[in-house]
Amino acid sequence: MKFRSTLTIAVCFVLCSLAFSQDLASFEKRTTVKKLSNGLAVIICERPEAPVFSFFTHVDAGSVQDPMGRTGLAHMFEHMAFKGTDTIGTRDYADEKVALTKVEETYAAYLAERDKPEGRDKNKLQQLEQAWKDALAAADKFSAPYNNEFGKIVEGEGGEGLNAFTNYDETGYHYSFPINRLELWAYLESERFLHPVMRQFYKERNVVIEERRMRTDSSPFGRLLEQFTEEAFAAHPYHRPTIGWISDLNSFSATDAQHFFDKYYVPSNMVITVVGDLKASEAMPVIEKYFARIPAQPKPDETTTTEPPQDAERRVVLRDQSQPLYIEGYHRPDYRSPDDQVYDAIADLMSTGRTSRLYRALVRDKQIASDSEGFTGYPGNKYPHLFAFVAVPSPGHKPEEMADAIHVEIEKLKNQDVTDEELRMIKTRAKANLIRSLGSNEGLAFALGLNQARYDDWRELFRSVDRIEKVTKADIRRVAKQTFVPDNRTVGIIEFAGGPPPSAAAPPQGGGQ
Amino acid sequence: MKRTHLVFAAILVFLSCFSVSVQLGAQVTSWKQIPIPKLPEFNPPQPKRIELPNGMVIFLQEDHELPTIDGTARILGGERRVPAEKAGLTDIYGEVWRTGGTKTQTGDQLDDFLEQRAAKVETGAMGDSTTIGWSCLKDDFGDVFHVFEDLLRNPEFRADKIQIAQKGVYDSISRRNDDPSQIAGREAAKLVYGASSPYARVPEYATIASITRQDLLDWHSTYVHPNNIILGVVGDFDSAKMEAQLREAFASWPKGPATKETDIKIHPAKPAYYLVDKTDVNQSNVQMVATGITRRNPDYFAISVFNEAFGGGFSSRLFSDIRTTKGLAYAVGGGVGSAWDHEGMLRMMVSTKSATTFESIQAIDEEIAGLAKNPLNDDEINRAKDSILNSFVFRLDSPEKVLQEQMAYEFYHYPPDFLEKFQEGIGKVTKEDVARVAAKYLHRDQLAVLVVGNAKDFDKTPVSLGTVHKIDIAIPVPPPGVVAAAGPGQ
Repeated sequence: MKFRSTLTIAVCFVLCSLAFSQDLASFEKRTTVKKLSNGLAVIICERPEAPVFSFFTHVDAGSVQDPMGRTGLAHMFEHMAFKGTDTIGTRDYADEKVALTKVEETYAAYLAERDKPEGRDKNKLQQLEQAWKDALAAADKFSAPYNNEFGKIVEGEGGEGLNAFTNYDETGYHYSFPINRLELWAYLESERFLHPVMRQFYKERNVVIEERRMRTDSSPFGRLLEQFTEEAFAAHPYHRPTIGWISDLNSFSATDAQHFFDKYYVPSNMVITVVGDLKASEAMPVIEKYFARIPAQPKPDETTTTEPPQDAERRVVLRDQSQPLYIEGYHRPDYRSPDDQVYDAIADLMSTGRTSRLYRALVRDKQIASDSEGFTGYPGNKYPHLFAFVAVPSPGHKPEEMADAIHVEIEKLKNQDVTDEELRMIKTRAKANLIRSLGSNEGLAFALGLNQARYDDWRELFRSVDRIEKVTKADIRRVAKQTFVPDNRTVGIIEFAGGPPPSAAAPPQGGGQ
Repeated sequence: MKRTHLVFAAILVFLSCFSVSVQLGAQVTSWKQIPIPKLPEFNPPQPKRIELPNGMVIFLQEDHELPTIDGTARILGGERRVPAEKAGLTDIYGEVWRTGGTKTQTGDQLDDFLEQRAAKVETGAMGDSTTIGWSCLKDDFGDVFHVFEDLLRNPEFRADKIQIAQKGVYDSISRRNDDPSQIAGREAAKLVYGASSPYARVPEYATIASITRQDLLDWHSTYVHPNNIILGVVGDFDSAKMEAQLREAFASWPKGPATKETDIKIHPAKPAYYLVDKTDVNQSNVQMVATGITRRNPDYFAISVFNEAFGGGFSSRLFSDIRTTKGLAYAVGGGVGSAWDHEGMLRMMVSTKSATTFESIQAIDEEIAGLAKNPLNDDEINRAKDSILNSFVFRLDSPEKVLQEQMAYEFYHYPPDFLEKFQEGIGKVTKEDVARVAAKYLHRDQLAVLVVGNAKDFDKTPVSLGTVHKIDIAIPVPPPGVVAAAGPGQ
């Protein structure tokens, strides 16, 4: 059995490599990149499966770029990019613009009074707030009849999956269209970033605050992650929540959002990727016609504070009404590190499938957790970040048991070589995962665009597999020894602290709900 | 091919309405000036349907883009057929079918064998069916298919894996009141179908503890027969060769007894306010619910248009009024839900801060009342229809999606041209149809209103609303044996 399986692995290995190189060759033929005169990178990948296309607009700015006192601003702008332009979403932009200027003036006056350290005049504050609200109502008259017109156009024309995301590292916009809407898309998407209008900003801010309540405040895991991440980073902006702190959400203005846009949404900081049933020779001129209109600007400076080395274990404990959870993280270098794929290999070994070390140790053998994994890239990967481990304790088991069991597995990584079979498994899986990721327009647009933005070359998507191919047993031990040490660790725990007041029966943790 | 041609001819006719001629190269000042050429003709490949003499139905869908072969068998019979005292049986079955291994190989051995090939064979369970499927690189197909076939025919359900699966379900039971949206979804279903309905009930410690290996073996021998199986295969293979291989594998498998239809009655709760008080949140999850429809209902098309216009995406009334205009919520939406083989849930949902809980409910009330006074207008109806019809191509834009549609029609005994009929049906929906179905299905006074939230911070004390039914979500205490099984220290 053993001999046979080793043999078939070797066979598979050859075949996988073959399939993989065919893919890269095929992608070279059907992928075109052009840097437009304004610095915008455009990628077109021809995939004639069905008469549709997907696009991904990558903006190389995320919540790390939020100014001090303005956390949540990158994400807030992302919401504003659905509010239309000077021609979409308004009755009369010239007059609306005047009204929006008034909103900003009255808001600034209101804020100045509200945030006075001392001597705040209550009556004056009320008047200023009323003036702001009146200005909002006046501005709203221009846009209210055209609520969400941008989204209405996209949806009415058959757009699928209209959405966007903001994370620590970047902001992305995406949807799919039938292929006969390529030019319409090029117009809409370029207008969106040529003439965005910060209308209905303060209502949308309330929407974002509700998003915060949903994702963070009212979710035990959300609360844990926010506290854990704040604790793990002392200096680097990764310690701030992407969604924003509530005080900042209640303070930043449409003017702030416009400034963020002006600084970071410049062609040299963006990549547009289009994948689908199109020919680069025909599509590129259409895309260029519309996107080349965006004025060139230098790439913004995105240097950040360097996180100092951690030299003491840190710990956050949430005493909650919910069942226990355990997470720990260790600082590691950014994605450019020559060891990047070693971390990927460790994550795969520890976490993927029922052969993974954490599943076998914590779930199958010790039976103390219902799930456990290790993963890299938390909370982003553009800057030095964390390799983290999580475990979900089974009823009756405590977070400390998770820590002990995870540390046993970490020590094994440091002190014993992984087996030949394990190493082969990791490498085979990396290739198979890559192959499977190539089968959808949306997934491809995202992966090509991200690699272009990060490495200035989409081919890195394929080269990452070459790099994982080179990972050795010694690399894994070396990186584990370097990274997974107690002083470099931050721990986050939810401890069950009793249920809500009366009448709850006793579940495994010995109390409420 | 005739069928798909018709489908896309209809799209083309529709598209022409949007074509606006404009000179290329001219300065564009409005999106309406952009030309929209005809969508190229598209004939998505249809899977080949094969019915074996023993009743097994196979669909083969070639897709040569990537060197992979994936397959899924869907087997009639799911959690809804499990007696109440064994609730959760198919959760255990769906996991241990795979982890418990075959007569000749343990699940752990299968794990090693498959992961070395970056392949998967997985099993699972749903309300009406169970599934077993594989995915692999095509060169491993022989090896992986052998595992699939062995698990399908000779599962062993080893006891150690039953224990692990039970612990996993105990864990999810213990955590089921941690997340407010999970509570809202679960309790809303109970209000629509009845707390003990097979459509809504959830497993308890005691029901999971009662499940034995014999239950799993009995389940398997009751339902896993070729005449209960629909197998779909998609990927880089030759259909003729694949058909020969599958016939050889399955033709000699004897037919089993026919599985009877289920007859599940729905017992909706009284229209009233229902409250789950959760003291560790600052946002309320509101769900206003009633019984929806099946997709066989002739009103399905008009309802689809209504849902899109009233509570669908960016363009809908609920989104525009409650999110964009009032800024009350990030998540808001709803519609008259449908299911293949039973009534879905009619649901309006909104998540809003505690202090605007009843303001938001009232805002939805006004939207519902507004439908009579200010019915969905031509613009709204046309945009909703455009949205459904123009995006129709995305239902068929991969061979795998086409295969999945056909498998669903086969499973639920829908006509194979259901999607084409759907497209025709949407095209014919009128404003009057939409107004009629809105009036027929959506009645504010028939909705059960569920609030999961922090009652002390609500904008109106529930007392002022008359009777508010408090829902007790306390988790029943595990039986003594389970405490020991679930581990020490309790």
